[in-house]
Amino acid sequence: MPLDEKGNLSERIFDVIGTRPLRPDGLDKVTGKAKFGADAYASGMLTGLVLRSPHAHARIKSIDTSKAEALPGVKAIVTSADFEDRDDDLRDVLVNCMARDKALYDGHAVAAVAAVSPSVAKKALKLIEVDYEELPHVTDVEKAMQADAPILHDNLEHEGKPSNIAGTCEFGHGDVEKGFAEADTVIERDFRTEATHQGYIEPHACLASVGPDGQGELWCCTQGHFMVRNTCAALLGMEFSKLRVTASEIGGGFGGKTTVFLEPVALALSRKANHPVKMVMSRDEVFRASGPTASSAIRVKIGVTKDGRITAGEAELKYQGGAFPGSPVDMGAMAAFACYDLENVKAFGYDVVTNRPKQAAYRAPGAPMSAFAVESVIEELAEAIGMDPIDLRLKNAAKEGTRSSYGPTYDRVGLVETLEAAKAHPHYSAPLGPNQGRGVACGFWFNFGGETSVSLNVNKDGTVALSVGTPDIGGSRASMCQMAAEELGIGYDQVRAIVADTSSLGFNDVTEGSRVTFSSGLATIEAARKAIDTLCARAAIMWDIPREAVIWEKGHARPSGHNAGDFEPLSLKEIAEASAETGGPIAGHHEINAAGAGPSFATHIVDAEVDPETGACKVTRYTVVQDAGKAIHPSYVEGQYQGGAVQGIGWALNEEYIYGEDGRLQNSGFLDYRIPVASDLPMIDTVIVEVPNPGHPYGVRGVGETSIVPPMAAIANAVSAAAGVRMTGLPMSPPRLLNAIDGASKKAAE
Amino acid sequence: MVQVSLWKSLQEAAGGKTELEVEANNVKQLLDRIAELYPDLKPAIDKGVSVSIDGELHRKAGFQQIPEGAEVVIFPRMAGG
Repeated sequence: MPLDEKGNLSERIFDVIGTRPLRPDGLDKVTGKAKFGADAYASGMLTGLVLRSPHAHARIKSIDTSKAEALPGVKAIVTSADFEDRDDDLRDVLVNCMARDKALYDGHAVAAVAAVSPSVAKKALKLIEVDYEELPHVTDVEKAMQADAPILHDNLEHEGKPSNIAGTCEFGHGDVEKGFAEADTVIERDFRTEATHQGYIEPHACLASVGPDGQGELWCCTQGHFMVRNTCAALLGMEFSKLRVTASEIGGGFGGKTTVFLEPVALALSRKANHPVKMVMSRDEVFRASGPTASSAIRVKIGVTKDGRITAGEAELKYQGGAFPGSPVDMGAMAAFACYDLENVKAFGYDVVTNRPKQAAYRAPGAPMSAFAVESVIEELAEAIGMDPIDLRLKNAAKEGTRSSYGPTYDRVGLVETLEAAKAHPHYSAPLGPNQGRGVACGFWFNFGGETSVSLNVNKDGTVALSVGTPDIGGSRASMCQMAAEELGIGYDQVRAIVADTSSLGFNDVTEGSRVTFSSGLATIEAARKAIDTLCARAAIMWDIPREAVIWEKGHARPSGHNAGDFEPLSLKEIAEASAETGGPIAGHHEINAAGAGPSFATHIVDAEVDPETGACKVTRYTVVQDAGKAIHPSYVEGQYQGGAVQGIGWALNEEYIYGEDGRLQNSGFLDYRIPVASDLPMIDTVIVEVPNPGHPYGVRGVGETSIVPPMAAIANAVSAAAGVRMTGLPMSPPRLLNAIDGASKKAAE
Repeated sequence: MVQVSLWKSLQEAAGGKTELEVEANNVKQLLDRIAELYPDLKPAIDKGVSVSIDGELHRKAGFQQIPEGAEVVIFPRMAGG
């Protein structure tokens, strides 16, 4: 659906788009009334708990549940035997939800119990006897690639030999060796990043109820309840129509709730027990058994001429995505050099399995790590050739007509505009204090569309009910209300949006890929336009004139043209009130597999201060400049920008999965896995750049993911400048930073 | 005829070609034809691919029409967060 042809969008005057109304779910959330996953309740519901492997890698020789089943109050126990094995692309999901022949990581589910109370369920877990044969394990990406590494899966081979390398990928064009030969300066560096968790505050939770007639209902916190329905129905052998899934309010997802963990298990327990079953993960379970992002080892080499033209860029990326194939290395490789207009570029990736939980998406999956590596080298090159780092990026920036490093040619994109806005921002020229440094980095994300279904009903009092099928994570209900109101010409307060269940709408893809404001918004606009068409037709009936003689302006039907006659305009409310007499209810709906989501680019500026005696580091100033295409609700766009920066600060400075020699996770709680709190953060300034996306009527681009791409590089560049030593590993925690400073001092003294 | 660019991993399986030219009106016809002409590419195609047509990204669009002279690029199936 192209940009509206109503003249230049920058000259279009919007009434509701671009304003900052209160979000419809705000009051419930601040007063505690909002119902999250764990708030679901059903009469007679049981507590479901999962027994998890204490071993990083072990063969499951047998599971004896007889003692647990005999415990009074235990109503059902399930193991892998309760799920039919399969050989399609859902098998890994199934095996991740319930281990079959092997436990593949510390925390892997091996059995689950439903009982009348949490205490009975806990006792039952202790009575389940699992006979394990411990196997050697590997949790490090580079060690897992070695020829003598313990092999996780018998069916994985690389170059004809058993391997943990599940696949490789390569992208690029041109001749990088020729490009490096043309360069005046070439820098090559190795980087490492650790696995981090999305850190959503709400743990996974669901309530499942399956009756003896085989019909089921499921309430859960998820980024995609249609995906949950289809996946669970497939794993349990149910028809889609017999499983109705309702998405609760969601306390953060960031990609981590785009798959299933508890849901099929709860349904299986409920079906066996003939009672509703509620399951809520503990924080320990969230860390050990949901999906963090990949850890990585990356080598980057970039060449540049002395006047700042990048002649070649090359990257080798190794990502471990846990115990199953599917790390986001392909997207990391595609995104690595996407900010630049390069004649010679190559990115080669390895997808590696290790004895860690199956990775899940985390905001711009794969891209933050590769951007950390590439943008660090870009900053070093700028220093090496004595060029301003923004000028170097501007000189090589991707723009309309650039052939991207992953293949397609860009339409209109806004990287140059973000760089220019960053350079003009007062932050960029502000003086720095002692032990402080400044860093800059750019980032890119593809942005997706996808399957979307929206229904809009005009109520008889002139208000509007809007049903969308994409769970609202970042304020999308408010944005949808704004787009409906804008089209209909009514007030924001007259539209109320809900996230409808799976029985109420056609299929909707998951809330992911920064797609919702684009795709659901596009469907909302089209649904509103269809409702307007009906409203005009009804006004024509009321005036007894041809449909063609009615137009819609500012919330009213108006007669227009030579055959229209002279009538007072009819408001939406007046037409709605008379709807019974003109043909019945008035509605609009739209179904689409949306394409045309334009990519989004960002430039971040960071100041950091390092204590050279302790290695402690603090981000003192942060500015995000990002292209939103068109900001529907600027506050929520700014919130996405700030949220990305905050998560990036955590990823850069503190967060990491730490595994012991025994392959068990050592820090599965927020006391030991340290996400940033308010006192760790500076005020994060935001600049919304608006370069309209040609693929959306208002020019919208997704904004949720690009903002997590530049932070690690921008922070590393700032910290490196402050510390006087190039930091190539994340997180830059105090011990690591101190080691690097001490190492550089010793080297300088030699 | 549609000229389609392959991501680099696939080029070896296509006899070293960076671009293929096949007769197709839509994405499904395009992928079926490529798999037919280059059987070594079939596993990657079956695993799932995304297709860019004139810069527009399509993740599931078998019957998406391909305009004459369009820039078509295929790459691995993509997911977001």
